[in-house]
Amino acid sequence: MSSPHAGRHRQLGLTDEQTLQMYTNMLLARKFDERATLIQRSGKTAFHISSIGQEAAQVGAAFALEKQHDYFLPYYRDYALVLSVGMTVRELMLALFLKAEDVNGGRQMPGHFGYRKHHIVTASSPVGTQVLHAVGFSLMSLIKKQNCVAFVTFGEGASNQGDVHEGFNFAGVFKLPVIFMCENNRYAISVPEHRQVAGRVVDRAAGYGFPGVRVDGNDALEVYRAVKEARERALRGAGPTLIEAVMYRIAPHSTSDDDMLYRTKEEVEYHREQDGIASFRRYLFDCGILNEELDRHVTDHVNREVNEAAKYADQAPYPAPEQALLHVYAESAGDDGCRS
Amino acid sequence: MTYLEAIRTAMSEEMQRDDNVFVLGEDIGKGGVMNATKGMRDRFGEWRVLDTPLTESAIVGVAIGAAMGGMRPIAEIQFADFIYPATNQIISEAAKIRYRSNNDWYCPVVIRAPYGATGGGGLYHSQCPESVFFGTPGLKIVAPSSAYDAKGLLKASIRDNDPVLYFEHKKCYLYVSDEVPDEDYTVPIGKAAVKREGGDITVIAYGMAVHHALKAADELEKEDISVHVLDLRTLQPLDQPAILEAAAKTGKIMIFHEDNKTGGVGAEAAAILAEQLLYELDAPVIRFCPPDIPAVGMSPTLEKFFLPTADRVKEAMRRLAEL
Repeated sequence: MSSPHAGRHRQLGLTDEQTLQMYTNMLLARKFDERATLIQRSGKTAFHISSIGQEAAQVGAAFALEKQHDYFLPYYRDYALVLSVGMTVRELMLALFLKAEDVNGGRQMPGHFGYRKHHIVTASSPVGTQVLHAVGFSLMSLIKKQNCVAFVTFGEGASNQGDVHEGFNFAGVFKLPVIFMCENNRYAISVPEHRQVAGRVVDRAAGYGFPGVRVDGNDALEVYRAVKEARERALRGAGPTLIEAVMYRIAPHSTSDDDMLYRTKEEVEYHREQDGIASFRRYLFDCGILNEELDRHVTDHVNREVNEAAKYADQAPYPAPEQALLHVYAESAGDDGCRS
Repeated sequence: MTYLEAIRTAMSEEMQRDDNVFVLGEDIGKGGVMNATKGMRDRFGEWRVLDTPLTESAIVGVAIGAAMGGMRPIAEIQFADFIYPATNQIISEAAKIRYRSNNDWYCPVVIRAPYGATGGGGLYHSQCPESVFFGTPGLKIVAPSSAYDAKGLLKASIRDNDPVLYFEHKKCYLYVSDEVPDEDYTVPIGKAAVKREGGDITVIAYGMAVHHALKAADELEKEDISVHVLDLRTLQPLDQPAILEAAAKTGKIMIFHEDNKTGGVGAEAAAILAEQLLYELDAPVIRFCPPDIPAVGMSPTLEKFFLPTADRVKEAMRRLAEL
């Protein structure tokens, strides 16, 4: 125990095994992300949108929530979040390659998650709309006494949308069990935070009568703590919480974006040094949970999983063209027509 | 039973039948500004007749979330004129949820929108916004004209597993009253109804326009002009076989609605006739609709000029019959 902070995770109620799993999930998301970028650059796929720099916060949040019980309304960078609540890297690759076996059947851009079985709610591209859906899920939870929370994420750019503010107000009025988490990665495509957000995102909570908490998004355990407290508040009927996790988008907005048009290499490098995965790795070493040998083993395992997933998705068939005509409406009256 | 009572009865019966059904909207606790939910909060409690903040996008967006979560929300928009802040939630979200998730998620939400002019409503309490939503695949749109259909279509909409936009004409609320049976029934979405058999001209209408057309048809009968009237009832999906059958009966077709002429439902109905029935037509297809101005003016003279009336439509019907 070389660090004074070693053991923080146990104080928060996390076991060593869970903490190691958190690290594995962050690494898996990172390796998927790097591979997806390469695959797109090789011309095999159309588009990738990266989450590099945001994994620690996503995993921290996911571990504070209950899988297949709480509802998850992720935004398009939440690979580490969806990997932590049930999706596999193979499923992410199938979405990247737009293959028939993709949960969305190749209909949506990659990053538009949805998986009913895992309570991951289907997403669209207009940003912030999912915040209202999260409020709807939390209203359902309250009316039907489901004792679950809705957890929704969005960027600081989306935090300006009317739907986000309408959602805050609605949830505040009825003290609904919903957790709003802004992944403030400092850029909305090319526009930096100071030109995007007047004041601070976290302070907006005060305007709606519920607490706002600002946390270091590179510190997975800090995010875990904030989300866990927010969940407890929500379930005891005290209402919503807004968490602003401050981080940095290391990659360009997407594979279609050249970030050197609006920021410098030096700025990106500075933030790369603050990487939440590297600091979590150091923490695990300090706690004696991870050592060089185990780290190599974990990394090899993650790399193998990503390789196999990429190979599988590459070889998987595309949807049949006429699939395009299906599922506009329920196929038959009387049943819900859904798969899961 | 009045059209308004039919709507209230349909909601109450469905809420009694299924705990997942609830209503949310502005001022609905006290009964709503239209009295559609009168007495319902006392019966079902404030969580199932939920007064929301004044936020249309949230009313619909929250309903969408609750619907995906297994409930059957009825989102009331106070006036259809105020629906536009929720348009993104309706078109980008509700209508695409089943499709975009490859049938993994679905969204059984009903959005009730009181529409149309009643007199003295001005620009923002009179609109007919059907055409904004018409042509959005994934969305169903209904617009009943009778109390019987209002009840049956609302029940069908609540039980439907896809989002339904339910346009209720404000002029019909108290003006229209007809027989509504006590027993449970639904009116199928997607089926038009022949309201009057006739052989000289065919009028295709929906909502309040049906009543104007029927009144005009009664008067024209005295002049030996026999009018066939088809009530679309559902705007999306349109009942194409019923449109073609009603049109083929006379070969002289008028499409009549209160929404603006350009890009309205009538334009689509006319296109269907042009594509599939051109050689059976005996006259050009007529669209009798208000002019392409933004909305109804408040002053009585402006409103009278804008709105179709039985008298004005009768003249247009007679001209078509004489062609």
